[in-house]
Amino acid sequence: MSKLTLDDLRKMRESLKNDMDKRDSEKDVRIVVGMGTCGIAAGAKKTLDAFIEELDKRNLKNVTVKQTGCMGNCNVEPTVEIFMPDMPTTLYGNVSADTARKIIQKHILDKTLLDDHIQDKPSIDIIQH
Amino acid sequence: MPYKHYILICSGTACESSRAHEIHDNFIKEIKERQLENDVQVVKTGCFGFCEQGPIVKVLPDNAFYVRLKPEDVHEIVEENIIKGRIVKRLLYDPKEDQGRHPMTDVANIDFYQKQFRIVLRNCGVIDPEKIDEYIARDGYKALEKVLFEMSPDQVIDEVSKSGLRGRGGAGFPTGMKWSFTKKASSDIKYIVCNADEGDPGAYMDRSTLEGDPHSVLEAMTIAGYAVGANKGFIYIRAEYPLAIERLNIAIAQARDYGLLGENILGSKFGFDIEIRLGAGAFVCGEETALLASLEGERGMPRPRPPFPAVKGLWGKPTVINNVETWANIPVIILKGSAWFAKIGTEKSKGTKVFALTGKINNSGLIEVPMGTTLREIIFDIGGGIKNGKQFKAAQTGGPSGGVIPAQFLDTPIDYDNLIAIGSMMGSGGMIVMDEDDCIVDITKFYLQFSVDESCGKCAPCRVGGYQLLHLLEKITSGQGTMDHLDKMSRISQAMQKASLCGLGQTASNPVLSTMKYFAEEYTEHIQNHKCRARKCSHLLKFDILPEKCIKCGLCAKACPVSAISGDREKGYVIDHAKCIKCGLCFERCKFKAITRG
Repeated sequence: MSKLTLDDLRKMRESLKNDMDKRDSEKDVRIVVGMGTCGIAAGAKKTLDAFIEELDKRNLKNVTVKQTGCMGNCNVEPTVEIFMPDMPTTLYGNVSADTARKIIQKHILDKTLLDDHIQDKPSIDIIQH
Repeated sequence: MPYKHYILICSGTACESSRAHEIHDNFIKEIKERQLENDVQVVKTGCFGFCEQGPIVKVLPDNAFYVRLKPEDVHEIVEENIIKGRIVKRLLYDPKEDQGRHPMTDVANIDFYQKQFRIVLRNCGVIDPEKIDEYIARDGYKALEKVLFEMSPDQVIDEVSKSGLRGRGGAGFPTGMKWSFTKKASSDIKYIVCNADEGDPGAYMDRSTLEGDPHSVLEAMTIAGYAVGANKGFIYIRAEYPLAIERLNIAIAQARDYGLLGENILGSKFGFDIEIRLGAGAFVCGEETALLASLEGERGMPRPRPPFPAVKGLWGKPTVINNVETWANIPVIILKGSAWFAKIGTEKSKGTKVFALTGKINNSGLIEVPMGTTLREIIFDIGGGIKNGKQFKAAQTGGPSGGVIPAQFLDTPIDYDNLIAIGSMMGSGGMIVMDEDDCIVDITKFYLQFSVDESCGKCAPCRVGGYQLLHLLEKITSGQGTMDHLDKMSRISQAMQKASLCGLGQTASNPVLSTMKYFAEEYTEHIQNHKCRARKCSHLLKFDILPEKCIKCGLCAKACPVSAISGDREKGYVIDHAKCIKCGLCFERCKFKAITRG
């Protein structure tokens, strides 16, 4: 990658933002797993693997699995956030490998929320507001 | 087809005990009666916090947050909110009714229930920390852009000064002032250092920030480099944080690749680069002069100040040294402006503070709140209250350098000055909540043990004073204390505060002074009555068998590892106090509550 100039960076930011907006409006599903030390210690790697395996098994192509840092809810790690059309963005806590498979079946395919795992997003996003 | 509405019912312990399940059943019944099963899903969720205002129900997608619900309110919510689409205002959370203030309404003008406000953690849990593109898409490196092409170095420092940002490492020195000292110092070489040597027991704010958003720190250090005229930065991080180090390394490589670090950044002619240095995890290396010594390859020991590092720091050159959390604030201050930032918080403490909330609390976690939020809001609204319905005893802030905040200060707005006034300190942000089962003397001993272990030994007040204090505390917890020990302890503590070389020694006695002030009666109880009310100090415990409850089963005698319980199934059993090691096994084993512990 060659070094960016000011213009390059600005153009790049705009196009990345557009990509993000597009991603949100398209029929894509995003599964975001909290992979800070706290999440990993609570088993987030197994959760991540379970998501990937299950998606492969069911041959779901429009779902991406991503990692992020600590979401702050350390008492209910591993935490997972699901973004998808037609459903409210949902933060799940205590997502074991088993629960991960349930999320794929119930939340993503059947479009129903799972009992007992939903957490509240603790704060507004200052970048978007 | 997805549902049109979701009714989220908090099923945390507190809400459950205040009839949340009846509310749940009523919703199910009501939805069924009206044949709305295909339009509405009723879901049980984890704890929302705000447990004192439970039961809580949230309706999506309207985002209506209903509190203090009664089972009979369900009908109205279904009728109005679900069917007619009108939010039931009288049942909504009302911040004005809240006992605490709501310091963020000023900025975001949000008449909403959330107590947290995330500046430092804005990207944590949102972006993939290993992808620079995701950071850039969320206005990453935009502050650097603005600084390099639209602002002079003096304007940058002015902006940081006006924001009122103070050092988040604990002491709270104004960041803008620190930068201006380094700017004014004349030298061919200057340095920028990030202090990521987070060492307080129970604190992990910096680790999470670096793991979740490493680029914000890189961007901020580059901005500071431009402002003070430095071209080189170091991040001093403990080797015990492998994931944070890995992600920092990835972030630095990506930034160099894009030309956001290195020579001629974005064609501005300004160059800046960052290297990582690993520390061995010594607590004293969080002290800035000891950190610099360690960076230079010397043994991590502090030196007297002045001269301050801002003027004479790394290899004798002027050095800006800030903590991770301080750095993470900088890009937002530049982008949103000092006026925006200065509206958040209290008069003398601006912005937010990240806390690692741990201990006997239901929702432990990493939280960020505006300065001026009260302890009550943090513990009961965000933290969901004390575990197992126990009583709040105190919160410990500032780690081994801080003190305890007892219940009478639950409504004190938390900022730098208020915490110092009540004998604690902000510290880096560990907040450990204690309940009635914690012994205050035992906790104090724990913190002091930590400081004694971590003292570098260079100056006598810290090395000797700490050891003697610990010795006295050990005497008290083992039943050999006398009342004059208390006087001795406060004299040693004051001497350490005045005469120690660095922050570690000057503050190591804070836990002692603070607990002696607020929990004097517990110290007296330990000394005079040989009693530990939390039953933590095992030396002070005494186990006995109550003959009237004992069924002579002999389980206790079998359990005792030192054969201190003698007797037989005819005569019954007795405990030999001379032999007893107070392990408590017999107490746990007895099914008939025939053994007393006191």
